[in-house]
Amino acid sequence: MDPVLDIQRLSIRYPGALAPAVRDVSFTLGRERLGIVGESGSGKSTVGRAIMRLLDTAEITADRMQFEEVDLLNAPEKQMLDVRGKRMSMILQDPKFSLNPIQRCGHQIAEAYRTHVRCSKAEAKARAIAMLEQVHIRDPERVYDLYPHEVSGGMGQRVMIAMMLLTSPDLVIADEPTSALDVTVRLQVLRILDGLVRDKGIGLIMISHDLNLVRAFCDRVLIMYAGRVVETLDARDLDNARHPYSRGLLAAQPRIGGSREPLPVLARQDSWLEPLEADA
Amino acid sequence: MRLDRRRLNGIAEQGVSIFVTLFGLLILTFVIGRIMPVDPVRAIVGEDATREVYENVYRQLGLDRPMWQQFLLYLRDVVTLDFGTSIRTGQPVLQDIARVLPATIELATFAIIIGAGLGTPLGVIAAVNKDRWPDQLIRVISLMGHSMPIFWTGMIALLIFYANLGWVGGSGRMSQFYIGMVPERTNFLLIDSALAGEWEVFRSAINHIILPAALLGYSSSAYITRMTRSFMLDQLGQEYVTTARVKGLSRRQTVWRHAFGNIRVQLVTIVALAYGALLEGAVLIETVFAWPGFGQYLTSNLLIGDMNAVMTCVLIVGVIFIGLNILSDILYRVFDPRTR
Repeated sequence: MDPVLDIQRLSIRYPGALAPAVRDVSFTLGRERLGIVGESGSGKSTVGRAIMRLLDTAEITADRMQFEEVDLLNAPEKQMLDVRGKRMSMILQDPKFSLNPIQRCGHQIAEAYRTHVRCSKAEAKARAIAMLEQVHIRDPERVYDLYPHEVSGGMGQRVMIAMMLLTSPDLVIADEPTSALDVTVRLQVLRILDGLVRDKGIGLIMISHDLNLVRAFCDRVLIMYAGRVVETLDARDLDNARHPYSRGLLAAQPRIGGSREPLPVLARQDSWLEPLEADA
Repeated sequence: MRLDRRRLNGIAEQGVSIFVTLFGLLILTFVIGRIMPVDPVRAIVGEDATREVYENVYRQLGLDRPMWQQFLLYLRDVVTLDFGTSIRTGQPVLQDIARVLPATIELATFAIIIGAGLGTPLGVIAAVNKDRWPDQLIRVISLMGHSMPIFWTGMIALLIFYANLGWVGGSGRMSQFYIGMVPERTNFLLIDSALAGEWEVFRSAINHIILPAALLGYSSSAYITRMTRSFMLDQLGQEYVTTARVKGLSRRQTVWRHAFGNIRVQLVTIVALAYGALLEGAVLIETVFAWPGFGQYLTSNLLIGDMNAVMTCVLIVGVIFIGLNILSDILYRVFDPRTR
């Protein structure tokens, strides 16, 4: 099957920055779930936003950046308006900030549908309510009329998921979708997202710094460091990662019931900037 | 909207705060009346009145009583809307105010419509095009509005648009020719002339108000533009704007449907303040255009120490600002669901 997304040697530089934020990142994505992990500032969110073509000022170069038949490097903005929200969408981190505070949740969901499909308000509302049910909201009619400050974080993120999956896109980028949530609802929200992604056969990019989460919910993992992909591997092989940075990340995780010794700290080395060549 | 206990409490709280503010304002005007280096008795009786006459008036004004009694008398006067007589015009102050305030409200309202109508979109355009040429251009335009003294622009504009081009009427609220033709009902000339069906007077009034209103509007649009720009830049950096773009909305839709709604609350505040400033402080433009308004009235009374009039004017300015604050509080609730 053709890949949904094919990215070759993507580099991104913000104007005025000394070094590029992302350098020579390459990967392809099928109808699978790909995790991108790395520390803050490693460029993982920047990659996501570049794919959505949301970085207006940044200078983006690549050998190839293809989403299905769309050439993301050269597509005019007009074409992107048709792609964004319809065929690819993005789930942002914190519903407290990513939902418009002065519009009702349901209105915001319905808008995602009405932007791409010509239909009556009533139909968009019906669709939105059906979608709210799919993200396991028990009384969708009531939630439809609530403002974002009236819903909890977990519910807000489910509203976000409903909004972004309503048009059945082929690609969803989830940018730290559960980092802002309480630990207790994190898993629940992830299960909902995971179920929908599998049912609809959506290609998912999960950007996260939570190794356990990526291990559990992804098929493959990219490990990014300082704007580069240093290692790519199957999620189930995560514990056998060989790159010293990956090993350092794994070693820095606390374990329940583990020893109470201080966790090791990354001792950064310039040689880490070299990706593993062997079997990548 | 539900009228629950919390909302009732909110209304009560606001009522109390308005009352306290008003009371403080009354104390302030009372104190102003006492500490001004103007002898109110001398102002009434004149320089060469006999001692007997002087003391008579002194007692009539209640100045021989203790301060707190004087304050209570003042309160009584205010409550019964008795603000005394203006020495300068020889008429009850209230009657004077009823004449000059509508002239200023008319001018300020026109000006704020121009100012906000111009400043808001310019500010949004500047923010959306930050650091590109539209932004630079708008910044220069608004800087000019800020820095050119209004009495100077007023005279230059009169010279160009009235004297040279003849596009607009000159000074005053209407042409000399029409004065006295319209019965004064509200003292809002535009309303009075429309009520009387005197459309020529109406046109003359529009012709006269348009230039000073445009100049005042331009100068307050400078402020509104700058504030709108910074409010908007703030919102454009928010995540929900990214969400809107992710949905596939165009930049224009993102800005007007999402970001703009979130600056309305702040916008209302600064527009209300700018409006208040116009109502109180259009003295210079009123002088240049011989506009018989509130600013002129206040200034000329202040200069000759006509204290009854001055105290009333200060009180009115205070009440205007309290009123604008209440108005913006109400609009907050309309615009922002989180404050309901």
